[in-house]
Amino acid sequence: MESTAQVLERPHATEEHHGHAHPQLSFLEKYVFSLDHKVIGIQFMFSSLFFLLVGGWLALLVRWQLGFPGQAIPWYLAGFLVPESIASASVIQPNTYNTLFTMHATFMVFFAIMPMMIGLFGNFLIPLQIGARDMAFPVLNMLSFWLSVPAGLLMLASFFVEGGPASAGWTSYAPLSAVADFTGVGVGQNLWGISLLVLGVSSIMGAINYITTIINMRAPGMTMFRMPLPTWAIFITAILLLLAIPVLSAAIGLLLMDRTLHTSFFIPAGLTVTGNPLAGHTGGGQPLLWQHLFWFFGHPEVYIMILPAMGITSEILAVFARKPIFGYRAMIFSISAIAFLGWIVWGHHMFQSGMNPVLGTTFMISTMVIAVPSAIKVFNWLGTLWGGQIQFTVPMLNALAFVSMFTIGGLSGIFMASTPVDSFIHDTYFIVGHIHYVLFGGSLFAGFAGITFWFPKMFGRMMNPTIGKIHFWLTFIFFNCTFFPMHILGIAGHMRRIFDPNEYPHLAHLQPINTFITVSALLLGFTQLIFIANLFISLRTGKRAGNNPWRSNTLEWTVPSPTGHGNFEVVPTVYHGPYEYSSPMTDEDFLPQDQPVDPERMKLAQGMGHH
Amino acid sequence: MINRIRAYSIAIAGFLLGSAGTALAQGSKVVARYHRYWLPDQATAIAGKVDDMFNLILWITSVVFVLVAVVLVYFLIRYRARPGGKAIFYHGNTRLEIIWTVIPALIVIALGFLSKDLWSQIKQQFPAENDALVIDVRPRQFQWDIRYAGADGKFNTPDDITTINQLHVPAGKNVLIKLTAQDVIHSFFVPEFRVKQDAVPGMVTKTWFNVPKPGHFEIACAELCGLGHYRMRGYLTVDTQADFDAWYSKQQSEKAAQLAPPPVAPAAPTGGSTTDSALIPPKGDTATHGTVTGDSAGAKKTDTATGK
Amino acid sequence: MKFNRFSLAAALILCSAIAVSSCGKKHRYDQDDAEEGDTKGGAAAVVDTVNGATVTGKILFTGTAPAQVPIKQESDPVCAAKASEEKPEVTQEVVINDGKLANVFVYISKGIDGTYAPPAQAAMLDQQGCRYHPHVLGVVAGQKIQFRNSDATLHNIHPVPKNNASFNLAQASVGKVDEKMFDKPEVMIPISCDVHGWMRSYVGVLNHPFFSVSGSDGSFSIKGLPPGTYTITAWHEKFGEQTQEVTVKAKETKDISIAYK
Repeated sequence: MESTAQVLERPHATEEHHGHAHPQLSFLEKYVFSLDHKVIGIQFMFSSLFFLLVGGWLALLVRWQLGFPGQAIPWYLAGFLVPESIASASVIQPNTYNTLFTMHATFMVFFAIMPMMIGLFGNFLIPLQIGARDMAFPVLNMLSFWLSVPAGLLMLASFFVEGGPASAGWTSYAPLSAVADFTGVGVGQNLWGISLLVLGVSSIMGAINYITTIINMRAPGMTMFRMPLPTWAIFITAILLLLAIPVLSAAIGLLLMDRTLHTSFFIPAGLTVTGNPLAGHTGGGQPLLWQHLFWFFGHPEVYIMILPAMGITSEILAVFARKPIFGYRAMIFSISAIAFLGWIVWGHHMFQSGMNPVLGTTFMISTMVIAVPSAIKVFNWLGTLWGGQIQFTVPMLNALAFVSMFTIGGLSGIFMASTPVDSFIHDTYFIVGHIHYVLFGGSLFAGFAGITFWFPKMFGRMMNPTIGKIHFWLTFIFFNCTFFPMHILGIAGHMRRIFDPNEYPHLAHLQPINTFITVSALLLGFTQLIFIANLFISLRTGKRAGNNPWRSNTLEWTVPSPTGHGNFEVVPTVYHGPYEYSSPMTDEDFLPQDQPVDPERMKLAQGMGHH
Repeated sequence: MINRIRAYSIAIAGFLLGSAGTALAQGSKVVARYHRYWLPDQATAIAGKVDDMFNLILWITSVVFVLVAVVLVYFLIRYRARPGGKAIFYHGNTRLEIIWTVIPALIVIALGFLSKDLWSQIKQQFPAENDALVIDVRPRQFQWDIRYAGADGKFNTPDDITTINQLHVPAGKNVLIKLTAQDVIHSFFVPEFRVKQDAVPGMVTKTWFNVPKPGHFEIACAELCGLGHYRMRGYLTVDTQADFDAWYSKQQSEKAAQLAPPPVAPAAPTGGSTTDSALIPPKGDTATHGTVTGDSAGAKKTDTATGK
Repeated sequence: MKFNRFSLAAALILCSAIAVSSCGKKHRYDQDDAEEGDTKGGAAAVVDTVNGATVTGKILFTGTAPAQVPIKQESDPVCAAKASEEKPEVTQEVVINDGKLANVFVYISKGIDGTYAPPAQAAMLDQQGCRYHPHVLGVVAGQKIQFRNSDATLHNIHPVPKNNASFNLAQASVGKVDEKMFDKPEVMIPISCDVHGWMRSYVGVLNHPFFSVSGSDGSFSIKGLPPGTYTITAWHEKFGEQTQEVTVKAKETKDISIAYK
């Protein structure tokens, strides 16, 4: 708590906000090694957008091979940027194809979606929404960002080492990932592991910070059940992170030992390489151990990426429906239920792995049950829209897309929760479609919604709504054209992670669908440049935003945009919950959390709105 | 402004209704024409049951999706912002919350119990070994090493019949596949059977099937196993019992021919153990015969790993 | 406070820089090492084709030829369809014609001083009909080897060396050529294809060019040897090694015979 005290005791804390520059801070201190949670959040935003582009580019290369197998990478995919080790003569080769989808997923999961959901929104929103001047541990917070940078660099560096980057899938199933000879990837796979170890430390630093800040630094009157839902969601997510990341780190540690010190945690005895006994490993390990460890982390990880998105969506739906969120406590309980159940469903990734089938049944039931809190959330979102005054702003459109796309992603999850159906669709494109409906249709739409919603608070300007709408509609259409047909491919038996589906006669006739998906994916990919362009154009030319352009209730909208270091001139006092929209207690259709209410009107409003 | 909003709402409505309609249509018989873009043929009784389960879930999820989509679109149009309009002030309804918690819970738990029996048929109720053709399948990068017990009915004896990527089974008979990978994890997948089973090094996993009619199928590797994963393809031929017997005895006689003339020392062990795997290269010294022993020792090691 | 912040950040960046550069460096170090090896002892020796001696001969096989190892080629229809050349049904492991043994790597194992620069021209290892051509290949350390796929199926080139860096290279299309090299002497490096279990080739890497591989008639010839006494080693993948001493004068041609049984 020492650093907290330091921030609070800062002598000029009361003079130096209001969005004015701090004359005594150098450029480096203000923008690079900043301790300000908002700057750190924005740093995470730019790094996540950068890796979103990298990951997207790798995805387009993957799609290029599937849509147009064996054809040279076209100029508009920047084939000249592709290292010779990835595609000699611009034609993608099988081992490099494996590399491409491995690194696509790795970048998207660990370096794009996670930093966006947690690094950006967690950092930017938590202190502002709970009425704190900064995070509990600002230095730790800065380190959290600056550790994610070397992690990203290490991952990028793996493209330039002998043998290329990791190619065993983002799940890195052992023993494929545990012995360099099985993939031909040596240093690259080690860098993958080291990078994720470093990133894990960064995530844990962030998680500790979020939890401490939320528990200890809420403004007077900001009870837990008056906290905005994004903060609640990130709070629960931070707990998941704190518990899940160490498991991944441990697993990767063991994997690296298998690779470099020739231990055999994941390597059984008697393996062969090209028909000869595998040298250097005594064996005695268990390949399924890796899967248990990985998915024990990996399934909570999925919720780490989606829970903040749910919080953001809830916030935005309430603001633009001008209505209280339907079932505020039910929303919190369902998030908590998802977080809890998320720990006991990991085995559903392993139904076909050789794990005891009885265990499969158990995991099937727990997985089925986790659909319930997700359903509650969808129904509550619909309830929020009911009777509202719905404004179709860009954040709202993206949040609505989240609701509908997450519904599809959630429902398609029931197919693979059913063990016998999973026996067919496991490791097919059905799974690929499902995960993209959840992570792109879900998390990323919520990311777009959140960035456009809080952009005015970050930079004091609005994002251009026309470009925003163009970007939204194109993304929404191309997204569905890209990922919906993947379900059809999966139903037809199309395995995932195959370099050339034409190798199988039972898949060759699906080529038109693959080509269609690729064309849609290219359009989807290039559409994202519109978002990036909008971001940068609006930074300079966007309409000036006042303190509260969306007429919103939560505390971040009570301070100037952009907000200065220290956030609040006077620590606010909170009088009511975050979603008192269209309340009879005020003549406006919103009621900021720090605005007291005339006791007479409060009496009048008693009994209204609660049933 | 209002017109624009209306236009947007209609566009959203149109898209959501469209996709809902597509989802429903997929479940119905209309798609029969587009069969090749749908589930593959059903080659086993299990495949039919898996498809029934699939279709049941498809119907339930389609109905839920259409309900959600219709309600969503209706709300978006009905409750779009109007000048001077005021949203109702409403925080929630506990009874509704309970209803929409309990109903989905009942549905998914029912689905769970419905799936349980079929799952057990696929992965737990294996045919007895004396009532089934038992085949050892030992995938490696990037091929399916297939092993029949041969004349003596025992595995890992010199008369075992080994093939690469060619799996022959008789129609109408239970076939029990025992899987052990030799290097990394592979997965035995025949789309027409709707069944997938990973082959893991160091342990034996099992899968079974009974194909009533002769036909040709493909064994696809469904677990990423390296650069040749995409073409790790096996050929599964389901023959009539007579055709299968003919094929099997041909293999047996070929095997017998290989084993029969006991030639000079170096050849005999080689013939038995190297048809499906390459030799270890000599170490560079003159101990040439040592390498042959080394190879059969290596083969034995793999055998013990299968637990037989 | 401020000091802490910067020193921490600086330390972090420094660490990551070191981590990144050391990864790259280790790799570079190997290369430097190899390059140094190539050029040590001043200027590289040159093969004297005019005054050099020649050692020729035939590899005989006197025993009973062992049974050849059959191939189950039906595992890949492309191979089965293309295997039109000699004996597609057996491996290239033992090839004996009229008592002459092919695919024996014959090389000078002792007696060569100095280091020879690798020839500028790359050696070729072709994959055709799901076989390697040649089955046994000799190269000078540092000499480039072109791997070519002449089949319409996937091959991967997967050497399992002991001293050199291993790699695992996939070639999915006809006509694909990739260049690689082994920079340290090693006899022999087995190369196999994980897609076609029977495919196997051996590469002998020496730091001089005095080697030969016996042809289908069992003959070999090592040219351009400086005068001196040498140990000649013959290596066969199944029958092992044999050695002979040989002394040659300038321009002399010496005929030797090596017999396996």
